[in-house]
Amino acid sequence: MAEDRIQRVTMPKWGLSMTAGTITEWIVAEGDEIAKGDDLVEIDTEKIAGALESTWDGVLRRIVAAAGSSVPVGATIAVVADPEVSDEDVEAAVAEAREQLAAGVAEAEEVGAEVGTVQVDGRSIAYATMGEGAGEGAGAGADAIVLVHGYGGDKNSWLFVQEPLSHQHAVHALDLPGHGESSKDVGAGSLEEMARVVLGFLDARGIERAHLVGHSLGGAVVAAAAAAAPHRVRSLTLVAPAGFGSAVDAEYLRGFAAATSRRELKPLLGRLFADESLVTRQLVDDLLRYKRIDGVDAALRRLVDTLLDGDRQRIDTAAVLGGVPCPTVVVWGREDRILPPTAVDATTAADLRLVDGAGHMVHLERPGEVRQAVQDAVAAGSP
Amino acid sequence: MTRTISYREAINEALAQEMERDPNVVVMGEDNAGGASVGSPGEADAWGGVLGVTKGLYGRFPGRVLDTPISESAFIGAAIGAATRGLRPVAELMFIDFMGVCFDQIFNQAAKFRYMFGGNAVTPVVIRTMYGAGLRAAAQHSQCLYPIFTHIPGLKVVTPSSPYDAKGLLISAIRDDDPVIFCEHKALYDLTGDVPAESYAIPFGEANVVREGSDVTIVAIGRMVGVAQQAAAELAGSGIQAEIIDPRTTSPLDEDSILESVESTGRLVVVDEATPRCNLATDISALVARKAFGALQAPIEMVTAPHTPVPFSDSLEDLYVPDAQRIVNTVKAVAEWKRDG
Repeated sequence: MAEDRIQRVTMPKWGLSMTAGTITEWIVAEGDEIAKGDDLVEIDTEKIAGALESTWDGVLRRIVAAAGSSVPVGATIAVVADPEVSDEDVEAAVAEAREQLAAGVAEAEEVGAEVGTVQVDGRSIAYATMGEGAGEGAGAGADAIVLVHGYGGDKNSWLFVQEPLSHQHAVHALDLPGHGESSKDVGAGSLEEMARVVLGFLDARGIERAHLVGHSLGGAVVAAAAAAAPHRVRSLTLVAPAGFGSAVDAEYLRGFAAATSRRELKPLLGRLFADESLVTRQLVDDLLRYKRIDGVDAALRRLVDTLLDGDRQRIDTAAVLGGVPCPTVVVWGREDRILPPTAVDATTAADLRLVDGAGHMVHLERPGEVRQAVQDAVAAGSP
Repeated sequence: MTRTISYREAINEALAQEMERDPNVVVMGEDNAGGASVGSPGEADAWGGVLGVTKGLYGRFPGRVLDTPISESAFIGAAIGAATRGLRPVAELMFIDFMGVCFDQIFNQAAKFRYMFGGNAVTPVVIRTMYGAGLRAAAQHSQCLYPIFTHIPGLKVVTPSSPYDAKGLLISAIRDDDPVIFCEHKALYDLTGDVPAESYAIPFGEANVVREGSDVTIVAIGRMVGVAQQAAAELAGSGIQAEIIDPRTTSPLDEDSILESVESTGRLVVVDEATPRCNLATDISALVARKAFGALQAPIEMVTAPHTPVPFSDSLEDLYVPDAQRIVNTVKAVAEWKRDG
């Protein structure tokens, strides 16, 4: 009985390549009362640092892994329980967790991601699926969530969002054409073409209807998908979406496409964040590795033409949304320098959330706000 | 898609993908196709070169993997001539130590054509060659001769330190219109690492920041990059954070990345397996002394082989090649150096 009331805080899997994380600092102390959504602990991965949020209400009874320790994904790092759970029961859970840590065993089943590719219109589209229904017949449930990254991004950019959402939903993240591990041919590179890829992905994965989430260019793509096939889309969450107003950092878009060296790319990437220290050596290196692959250069240049008309935005997502019946939530970083949130207001987006302390990469800088937005959109759009 | 493959497999994959992409790419060298036990020459690729790097290519690209006589002066000259006439030959010169017999073809012909013919001729040849100590192969099969090629204008010189770099740099080498000396360290062939299955090109003259650190800059070449990483891990335990720069190509050299790093750390140690006169360590030391003098907080140090041939004795060869402990000791001395001693 007591076992059900003891919750194990485990090392999250932020991104498909993460196998372990280092605890840099505990934000809460043993004995602290914690609530769902509270930041518990700062964790550093090879790629990026982030705060792990609580998914329960209760008391943080014991910390198992101290600051400074490196812990495999899935291993217990702390134990949460109500005050009435006895110390003996808590200690038993802690002892078990310590044993596992010492043996280096992690609970792999908690963090399973299914990765693969599907064929859509002659292109190979890569994806990662996490959560309920991942694996055999994945995505058959009505509440599947599909995450679509932005220009130059990939499915791994949802690392702080996909895993937490997967506790309640099947969550698919895909690589758009020209990105990640998908085919690099973007065709004409139009929004309509990419929206067809998203809808083709739903077909290929047997997903009847989905909650679509898109960042930046991906926001414009999912809006176009919802306009083209309204019956397939239950809700939209647009994260710093392209196509609201005409202001855009055109120099960033062109510079990202043209950059071939670390010294060219790194200063540009700083513009993506409110906190530029998030641009790590690993992030720059990963993006350079992506940009060097044959066909990426042509794909990015084509997409720049889709996005820009001179130094202004070419696309108009606000107009597209006019014909979309499903609930739509828009999340935007107040300090977004790539697509400043100046042209969006209650007339263009009914549910608009401006997030402090976040730049264009809201889902990396304030992932909690993005997760909440998705959850609210999903709730509003569920039958 | 990214998988873990070896340095040897990465080079093989780069050759195969470029041969697939461009019918003008041909591979030639000693035992690249045939081998000792094969019935008639070129019937099957028994060997794939002395270290098996080109294995499997003969069957996939009939007529484009050529076995040559044991005459480096002849087949390197043939490769260079073919390059001027439109092919993109990748010639395998087994040991870099054998370059001596074909040096006129390389430094007086290939390196000069573009310049002497006013840009009207190009020589897109790649010479893949094995260098370095560690295989008990003695004085005539163990040298690090990339500094000699770096010295010559008109040649590009590549020294990949990882499977990822080996593939991307070889693809760039094959696509490049100038002669490229592609130096593979013989002790790295079995090193494994993450390599994308897709084709990709790493631009020349773009250093890799292998590790970030604020206390000292280590510039390391080829196999020494991995040795420097071991040293940096040990130094971190003593509270010294080393930044490691791998230039990837010694010509062209990414001077900016080296200078930028030294400007932030104030200290430089260059690790080069080549003998210490006129090598990359002296070249990079001179560069930093001239262009970042004001940033230096300690003398520049070099960790290199001694100025002797590579010994045949196992124990002496082990002493000859710079190891992590020598790098650690040198970096500590540089980090603790004070002006008034």
